[in-house]
Amino acid sequence: MSTTSPAPSAPLGPLSSVPDALGRFGRFGGRYVPETLSAALEQLERAYEDAIADPAFAQELDGLLAAFVGRPTPLLFAERLTKLAGGAQIYFKREDLSHTGAHKINNTLGQGLLAMRMGKRRIIAETGAGQHGVATATACARFGLDCIVYMGSEDVRRQAPNVRNMRFMGAEVRPVETGSRTLRDAINEAMRDWMGSVENTHYIIGSVVGPHPFPRIVRDFQSVIGREAVDQCRRQFGRLPDMVVACVGGGSNAAGMFYPFIDHAGVRLIGVEAGGRSAKAGDHAASLSYGSPGILHGSLSYVLQNEDGQTADVHSVSAGLDYPGVGPEHSYWRDAGRVEYTSVTDSEALDAFDLVARREGILPALETSHAIAWAVKEAARRPADEILVICLSGRGDKDAAEIARLRGMVDG
Amino acid sequence: MEKTMPSGTASIAAVFAANREQQRKALAPFVTAGDPDVDTTVAILEAIDRAGASLCELGVPYSDPIADGAVIQASYTRALDNGMTIEALFATVKRAAAKVRMPILAMASYSIIFRRGIDRFVADAKAAGLAGFVVPDLPVEESDDLDAACRSAGLALVRLVTPTTPPDRAEAIARRSTGFLYCVSVAGVTGARTDLPAGLIDRVKWLRTKTDVPILVGFGISTPEQAKAVAAVADGVIVGSALVRHLAEAGSKPREELVRGVEDYVGKLAAAVGTSC
Ligand SMILES: Cc1ncc(COP(=O)(O)O)c(C=O)c1O
Repeated sequence: MSTTSPAPSAPLGPLSSVPDALGRFGRFGGRYVPETLSAALEQLERAYEDAIADPAFAQELDGLLAAFVGRPTPLLFAERLTKLAGGAQIYFKREDLSHTGAHKINNTLGQGLLAMRMGKRRIIAETGAGQHGVATATACARFGLDCIVYMGSEDVRRQAPNVRNMRFMGAEVRPVETGSRTLRDAINEAMRDWMGSVENTHYIIGSVVGPHPFPRIVRDFQSVIGREAVDQCRRQFGRLPDMVVACVGGGSNAAGMFYPFIDHAGVRLIGVEAGGRSAKAGDHAASLSYGSPGILHGSLSYVLQNEDGQTADVHSVSAGLDYPGVGPEHSYWRDAGRVEYTSVTDSEALDAFDLVARREGILPALETSHAIAWAVKEAARRPADEILVICLSGRGDKDAAEIARLRGMVDG
Repeated sequence: MEKTMPSGTASIAAVFAANREQQRKALAPFVTAGDPDVDTTVAILEAIDRAGASLCELGVPYSDPIADGAVIQASYTRALDNGMTIEALFATVKRAAAKVRMPILAMASYSIIFRRGIDRFVADAKAAGLAGFVVPDLPVEESDDLDAACRSAGLALVRLVTPTTPPDRAEAIARRSTGFLYCVSVAGVTGARTDLPAGLIDRVKWLRTKTDVPILVGFGISTPEQAKAVAAVADGVIVGSALVRHLAEAGSKPREELVRGVEDYVGKLAAAVGTSC
């Protein structure tokens, strides 16, 4: 089984030589889907192998990443934040400067090109924060594809600017009223659509979750983040960083950031999950911190379930982290002890948002704010010659109204 | 009361053997366990049995059923909201199995089976009197563990083929199916449909030439006419959403009335299927 990523130059150690032919990352991953979807997943797997063996595919994607997305995104020294923390030097990998304001576009352009190679011109997607929905709508507008985005009605409310932007670009946004009306329910509805439309429709899943080959494809498309970061660190510091930190919802920005560092054992990798209101079941969305191995949305990974296997209710102030599962490769990294996973609370994330807004002149997404909150605390404990890179996965414009509302409630 | 009848896969085989002898086809209704409550489920299973069903599929409520349309989703939600659990499922099967002739299979997401542990789930199922499983989100590639556990317990693991399954894959799936083969009529989620999908009859006829395992057709069948047309080429039909919707609509009626309605509806379907040899 080849595990060539779009960067065949990267050295592959044992931890990065996954998944295997059945889509396994160690014991995690796999393909637990209705038979109706099996043929489409096999078709996608073949189309992807085909694409990465075709130099024209890489050329087209790289061209779009440069001129349409604005890559490479810079690596910025967060000078005043570093001063405040008083320890390790903090750097931001600026995915927020990508077109559409988050890393999600790296994946949607890649998958959009794959859809066209398969002759599929109808695209469906799920979205939580709306960033993946916007990035999918954007790719579809660019490529001339039909676009339908499923979004939980609770998220439609709290991420309204993104709903408007998707509609501007011609996407149809379908609010989902089942279950908790959040990301998990949006994925359910997208899967159900796909069950009946699979012959002419491609499902652009928004994170490193779902059945094989999605976790691998999304990781590979997002790995451009980490590859650039490796290069930038070598050029700017003459060495790799000591720590790399990213927030983990489904885990795509973290997987893309971490993967090129995985075989460099000297680099500490930390994934930050949504700690919500408390560590009590139902109050958070931290699957790797509090969950156990189970099956959700087509793969085996850490999930938040009750003892019967029913998916648990979860909570996060951040719509993009408000998900009871996580990508299988993160479960593999967790159990291998390669990546540390931790969580921060809603209020810590909101404080980090304020901090970066005032001290760095950047409004980070609430998802990203989780990574920042943990990183600033940790930087304070580390010596000044250490380098800590945060994946600044997205910008926070989409959250501004919701944060103002929450602040309004706090202020009475 | 001890039954001397065969259990597990053998009980399913006995049903199809008897049907062949009597030149009838199988009706296999689907109902959700615990919707609206377990006492009603037991009463409905008895009614289905009396009405002439050959087999029954008992849906195990799951929070995220991606292969199911709105009707069965809502039914699962009602059952879970009313406190349905896996322990209660097995207790319900035990009560029902003591009273009915027809084998009962569980339709369960692999998420639920995996969580309990495959060996434990299969052992509990066998002890409760289940004859086998339909696991709608477990493709053949992932099924070795459950397959081995079912074979050693003598329970059936029914496989599914769909309109998107390529022919060679369909043959491979049929070879591994025990009990019967579930032929899904449409590419899509469960839910009653007004017309039979184009090409269905030919697909079933083709499958018939490829396997000796009994073939049951399900998804979308709701009327006696549809059931009859499909049963003419298959070994039977599965009726799910139509029956679940019927139950939901009658939900506020007294239990006896609800049960009579089910018996009546299933009786009509069974008659249509039974005479279609
Ligand atoms: C800016 C941003 N960061 C992170 C996430 C979380 O997703 P993932 O863990 O897949 O990167 C989202 C999801 O919507 C997002 O919009």
